[in-house]
Amino acid sequence: MSFINLREKIVQVKIVYYGPGRGGKTTNLEYINRKFSRQIQSEMVSLKTHGDRTLFFDFLPFNMGQIKGYELKIQLYTVPGQVKYNATRKLVLKGVDGIVFVADAQEQMREKNIRSLNQLHENLTSYKESIFRIPLVLQYNKVDLRNQGIPILPTSVLDKDLNSKLKVPTFEASALTGYNVPETLKKIISSTVISIQRKLM
Amino acid sequence: MNYGVVSQEQLEKIDEILTEKLIKIGVDCVIIIDMAGNIITAKDNGTSKYDVYSFAALAAGNFATVDAMAKLVGEQEFSLLFHKGSECNIHFSKIDDELLLITMFGKSISLGFLRLNVVETIERIKKIWSRN
Repeated sequence: MSFINLREKIVQVKIVYYGPGRGGKTTNLEYINRKFSRQIQSEMVSLKTHGDRTLFFDFLPFNMGQIKGYELKIQLYTVPGQVKYNATRKLVLKGVDGIVFVADAQEQMREKNIRSLNQLHENLTSYKESIFRIPLVLQYNKVDLRNQGIPILPTSVLDKDLNSKLKVPTFEASALTGYNVPETLKKIISSTVISIQRKLM
Repeated sequence: MNYGVVSQEQLEKIDEILTEKLIKIGVDCVIIIDMAGNIITAKDNGTSKYDVYSFAALAAGNFATVDAMAKLVGEQEFSLLFHKGSECNIHFSKIDDELLLITMFGKSISLGFLRLNVVETIERIKKIWSRN
């Protein structure tokens, strides 16, 4: 649920990076944190295990400047990707306004992507929200591994697996190098803001 | 999902209540957030500066976790959530299913006195909200 403060003219928007474990959700936020440090006033918060895996969530507040006199504050979250953490994944999704699904484009991750997307659908349903209605962008991450000879799924296969029914914008990306990371972020912010405007009018 | 919009008038009234019932008795900082981690309003005593946006995200997560644990042991909710430090304490209180009141206070206030004031604050805020 985005929150609109009419007195201070601030709109708070919650965007969640969702996807299978070790897919690059945290790496997306780390890149954004480095690249856009001028727009980020506070530290990135990461709740992780000793093994550097996300335990609860990462949180990065991001200032987008003004739209029609309202200051836009984007709150970026990631969920823990590991299968066993679905209870906490669900908690992070509460009140979400827009979602980036970070798929791992490696061939061996094909099934995990599909499972994770199905679970996202279920989790959203439990909040009476629908994966077909909520602003969503798919990111096919780790395409840079192709250069190292690691088998990567072609975009056509990923589209067929994940996007045949959803028909949402997709980006091939490399969270590590930053390739298409800002583009993904821009797309989800604009889709989310349009969706909020539509609901308010 | 529902979109939360609070009028200027409502916010001003809520801020007045927070100042009168909590800041004036010596609370360092008080924040109202929703369960998604958005800040509705934040007031401080002018000397304490916290990163309230990160705080709100963590507090919402913390409260949701404790709430989930309560359900696991068959409780509706744990109504008192309180963290005690040597210099600063944090008290969490549910206003309703969507809103949370968080107060940060030092050694000068007793927990009992704070709780009395928090209960009264919440009752008054609820009245404003029900007129929404």
